[in-house]
Amino acid sequence: MNRYLAAHVSGLPPSGIRKFFDLVSTMKDVVSLGVGEPDFITPWAVRESGIFSLEQGQTMYTSNAGLLELREELSHYLFSSLGLSYDPEKEILITAGASEAVDLVMRAVLEPGDVVLVPDPSYVSYAPCAILAGASVRYVPTHASEDFRLRVEDLDQVYTPKVKLLVLSYPNNPTGAIMRREDLLPIADFVAKHDLLVLADDIYSDLTYDGKHVSFASLPGMHDRTLFVSGFSKAYAMTGWRIGYVAGHADLISGLTKIHQYTLLCAPIMGQIAALEALRSATEAKRDMVTAYDRRRRLMVRGFREMGLDCFEPLGAFYVFPDITKTHLSSEAFAEELLKEEKVAVVPGTAFGPSGEGYIRCSYAYSIEQLQEALKRITKFVERRLNKESNT
Amino acid sequence: MMTEEDHKLLKLIGQDCRLTPLELSVQTGLTPQYIGQRITAWEKEKVIVCYQPMINWARTGEEKVSAMIEVRVLPQRGYGFDKIAKRLQKFPEITALYLMSGGYDLSLLIEGKTMQDVALFVAEKLAPLEHVQSTATHFVMRCYKQDGVELMGEEETIQRLVVSP
Repeated sequence: MNRYLAAHVSGLPPSGIRKFFDLVSTMKDVVSLGVGEPDFITPWAVRESGIFSLEQGQTMYTSNAGLLELREELSHYLFSSLGLSYDPEKEILITAGASEAVDLVMRAVLEPGDVVLVPDPSYVSYAPCAILAGASVRYVPTHASEDFRLRVEDLDQVYTPKVKLLVLSYPNNPTGAIMRREDLLPIADFVAKHDLLVLADDIYSDLTYDGKHVSFASLPGMHDRTLFVSGFSKAYAMTGWRIGYVAGHADLISGLTKIHQYTLLCAPIMGQIAALEALRSATEAKRDMVTAYDRRRRLMVRGFREMGLDCFEPLGAFYVFPDITKTHLSSEAFAEELLKEEKVAVVPGTAFGPSGEGYIRCSYAYSIEQLQEALKRITKFVERRLNKESNT
Repeated sequence: MMTEEDHKLLKLIGQDCRLTPLELSVQTGLTPQYIGQRITAWEKEKVIVCYQPMINWARTGEEKVSAMIEVRVLPQRGYGFDKIAKRLQKFPEITALYLMSGGYDLSLLIEGKTMQDVALFVAEKLAPLEHVQSTATHFVMRCYKQDGVELMGEEETIQRLVVSP
């Protein structure tokens, strides 16, 4: 029945993550570091508000843009935490997770022939969503030697006049890299010079371990050029609730809302109510989770460095991205052999773009005990590979 | 003066006092020397009072009974409730002791092997004490949560995908 599939869909390669997921699913007793979601359960007060909303019979549609009360609370939160000013009536749209927001942005602004610049490596959805919207993608390589930050020199290398949109996703999945204000300012000049729009995926902004996150939209002149995307999944451990949002200039949000109203109508109401409660009462729970991630982050970086591998110190999100080139294995071979020999699941860096070659992504959204067990097993595997190399 | 680091360190120790200074160091970024010094100081200042595990006796099958006891006390001139409280806290049967606001003065948690043990303690040791005016005993039927730890029911297990983006 493949003949019925549209060419741009059948031509889309399957996600590298999916391939690895299928492989891991066939095995038992695997210690997985492959998960891109928190191990915490949504804070109880938030869960309870969802339950209460159902008891109250709140099972209807909301307005397309989402509950006004939630948008108002978000507007306060964005202003107080990131210095961003958005009108809750016209400049914020509640979506079914940040993933929908990414898709909406791509579909609303891209046309065939347009080019999107995507940092490499980065989250798996940007390129496929851009392609499905009819555009093409140019990867902008980032390097461990530059702390995986995006640099204007690298943007210049891949720029063409067809570029319309730049994706920024910091803190970054899979590297854990962050961009500080001084790193973002030259990017803002580049964006202004070429009259570009920016999709800033700040979903991990609350999970920053050294200093405060700076949003690209807060830079001078960048508010109207940025579509700010975020959500509740990572910081509030609410992945399954599917509540995200996008904020930006009213004209752009109005365009995104058109697609949203025809395809999704609205994000689920119980999730929106729970998200409202998260903003109001889960700040301390969020802080506790960030503290726990920070402990695990330090443990993982030290663990990989003690194995003799180079490991960039991630300052955001919940991933480490160690360099495995010393083992002389490709990312995919490393992940597959580690899984077969030690039953530890990690994700090959190449699942996140070509510059991920030579790296693996390890999530530390696991308990300290699970991480210690995984590190023990990976150490055995790496020792064998390094000894093999030194004996040949 | 407690720093933010100190606060985090104490919280970690409070969650798991088995962590060694080296493990604490890896997880906090503080040096093991600094951590060792702080722990020693806190032990001296009685900020860290003791290290003891929380045991769910109900799971051991051992018979154990506990009761919350409301006690009305006549306060003493110059001492208030402190003198009687100091005396009461010496009893090993009393595992917790609080001064309360409201309808009674002291709240005690008493543990014994049987209900008879608890009843005898109240009748023979507690009630006859000078200044104790009355007692009301409430036996604990079941403990669901203690010191912030949920003791009842199945652990919440997370059904996450093994690999996800």
